[in-house]
Amino acid sequence: MKKNRIQEKLNEDKKLLSIYFTAGYPDINDTVSIIESLEESGVDMIEVGLPFSDPLADGPTIQESSTAALHNGMHTELLFEQLKDIRKTVNIPLIVMGYFNPMLQYGVEAFCKKCHEIGIDGIIMPDLPLDVYQEEYEAIYKKYGLINVFLITPQTGEERIRAIDNASDGFIYMVSSASTTGAKSGFGDEQKAYFDRIASLNLKNPQIVGFGISNSKTFQAATEKAKGAIIGSAFIKHLTQNGTSEIQGFVEGIRN
Amino acid sequence: MSYHANEKGYYGEFGGAFIPEMLYPNCEELRQNYLRIMAEPSFKEEFHQLLKDYVGRPTPLYFAERLSEKYQTKIYLKREDLCHTGAHKVNNTIGQILMAKKLGKNRIIAETGAGQHGVATATVCALMGIECVVYMGEIDIARQAPNVARMKMLGAEVRAAKSGSRTLKDATNEAIRDWINNPVDTHYIIGSVVGPHPYPDMVARFQSVISEEIKWQLKEKEGRENPDYVVACVGGGSNAAGAYFHYLDEPKVGIIAVEAAGKGIDTGESAATSALGKVGIIHGSKTLLMQTPDGQITEPYSISAGLDYPGVGPMHAHLFRSGRGEFISITDDEAMTAGLEVSQLEGIIPAIETSHAFAIFDYKKFKKEDVVVFNLSGRGDKDLQTYIDYFKL
Repeated sequence: MKKNRIQEKLNEDKKLLSIYFTAGYPDINDTVSIIESLEESGVDMIEVGLPFSDPLADGPTIQESSTAALHNGMHTELLFEQLKDIRKTVNIPLIVMGYFNPMLQYGVEAFCKKCHEIGIDGIIMPDLPLDVYQEEYEAIYKKYGLINVFLITPQTGEERIRAIDNASDGFIYMVSSASTTGAKSGFGDEQKAYFDRIASLNLKNPQIVGFGISNSKTFQAATEKAKGAIIGSAFIKHLTQNGTSEIQGFVEGIRN
Repeated sequence: MSYHANEKGYYGEFGGAFIPEMLYPNCEELRQNYLRIMAEPSFKEEFHQLLKDYVGRPTPLYFAERLSEKYQTKIYLKREDLCHTGAHKVNNTIGQILMAKKLGKNRIIAETGAGQHGVATATVCALMGIECVVYMGEIDIARQAPNVARMKMLGAEVRAAKSGSRTLKDATNEAIRDWINNPVDTHYIIGSVVGPHPYPDMVARFQSVISEEIKWQLKEKEGRENPDYVVACVGGGSNAAGAYFHYLDEPKVGIIAVEAAGKGIDTGESAATSALGKVGIIHGSKTLLMQTPDGQITEPYSISAGLDYPGVGPMHAHLFRSGRGEFISITDDEAMTAGLEVSQLEGIIPAIETSHAFAIFDYKKFKKEDVVVFNLSGRGDKDLQTYIDYFKL
C-alpha cells in the first residue's frame, strides 16, 4: 500500500510547520484558495477545520471563526464538495480536524470513505476518546488509509502517553499547556520542562506541538525538541485582519 | 438487565466520556474516586447530616387530597420544593462540594441556565468558604436578574457566556473551557445528570435520596414501598433521575418522564428531546440531542428556563429508547394551566418546570386505586413574573 503523505512528510529532515484554519472562513468559498496559498508559501501540512456549533476545546478566536463559518453556510458535505479536486493542485498532507458529532451524523464510515476519495490523509477529532476509537472505529480508519492523530497534554500520565503512542501511526499532537486554543502565548519554564520530558520518552511517533504558537520565536521554541508545530488561532486572526491575500507574508514571518 | 450505569458510564448505548484529552485527567480522577469516596462512612455521615440540618430533609411525601379527588387516583407529592434554596438542585451541590473537598480542590465552577443550579452552587460554596465562579449565558443573565443577584449576594462571581447562543449550552461550554484551563485546583459542579462519565451517575446517586425517602414514606402511608407510577419533569433530568433511581429495576413501577413541548413539537420552538432528538454527542456524553442533520446542536425553547436544554441525560435516553420509561411532552400553555390548578387545589405554587408534570392527565389515565407519586421538584417563586405575565395577574 502507498505510504501516507503524513508519514512521508514526517521523514523529511526539517522542522514542520502545520497550519490550521476553519473551513468557510472568512468567506464560504475560501477553502481551496487558502490551502493552495499555504502550500505555495511553504507550509508542510494543513489542518482543515470542520466548524462545530459547540467547540468546547477552543478559545474565542476559533469559536468565532466557527460561528462565522456556520453562518456562512459551511457543512460537511459542502466541505467535501469544495475539496473534491484538491489533489489536482495540492501535494502536502491534509488533515480534517473537528468535533466528533458532525462526523457521527455523517456516518463514520461514509466520512472516512469520502476523505479517502478526496485524498485526505488524516483526521483529528479531539473528543473521540482513545478507547472508543480502538473499539469501534480503528478498523474503518485503517480500511481507508487514514491516520488518526491523538492529543497529549502536560497532565497526561506516562502510561497513557505510551498507550497513545502505541495506537498512533503518524504523529502525536502535543498540546503545549493546559488550555483552550489561543489562550496563551509564549512558553515558560513549565513548558520547556514538559517538552524535555516528552522528548526523553523516546516515543515511536514524532510529536508536533500545538496551542500557544503564534510567531517565529514560539515556533522555534516549540520545535527545539519536537518535529514540528501547529499554528491555528494566530493564523485565523491574520485572516480576520488581512483576508486571504497576505498568507505568504504570514508564513515567511514564522519561518524566519 | 439494569437501567443503571455500567462501570464505563453507559446506560445501554448512551453515556460514556467523549472528552478531549485536556479533560481526561480531571474526569479520570473523579471516575477513579467517586464511588470510593461516596462509600466512606465519614463522607456519608457529613452528607446526610447536611441534608438533614441544612437542606431540611427528609422532605415530606404529601397526599394531595383535592388533586386526587379531581383526577380520581391517589396522588402523592414529593416536596422537593421545600428544600433550602427552593428545589432539589441542592442535594447534588451538597454532595459535590463534599466530593471536591475530599479531592483537595479549592475552586468551584458551575454552569447555570435559569440560575437555580448556580444559586445552589453559590450556596454550598458560601457554606464551605470556597471560591465560586458561575457561568451563565449573557441572555439568561438579562432575563434572570433575581437569581444573578442571589449568587452575587452569596459571594459567587457570575461570568457571562458570550459565545454561540449565549444560553445554557454555551454556559456549559464556557465552564468546560475554564476546567481545561484550570485542571488541577478546580472542581466542576455539573448541575444535572449530563456531561461525561462519571457525572450522570454521580449526580443521580446524590439525587437518589429522593426515591430512597419515597420508599419508606410510602411504606408508612400505603403499606408498600412501590408506587404504581413515578412522574417527573425532564430537562437534563436530575430531579427525575433522583425520583426514579431506586425504582429503575422494579418493573412494576411505571416511570413517566415529562418533557417541554414549548409551543408545540412541530413548531420549531420546543425542548422535547425524546421526540425531536437524534443520537449524538453533547458536552461529553452520547445521548439524544436536538441537532441539525449536519450535527450542529440547535437551540431549544421552553417557557421554563430549567427545561430548555438541547439534550437529555443518558439515563433518560436509555429509558426512552428501551421503552422502560413513558415520555409525554407538554406545551407551555398546558403547563401554565396545570401550575395554576395545583396552586388553587393544593395551595402550592410549583416551579414551571414541575408544572409540566402536572399537565399529563389529558394524556395518561390512571386507575382509582393507582398510587402516583409526582416529584414536586421546585417552588414557583422564581417564576412569579412569568406567571404574572402569562395570566395577567
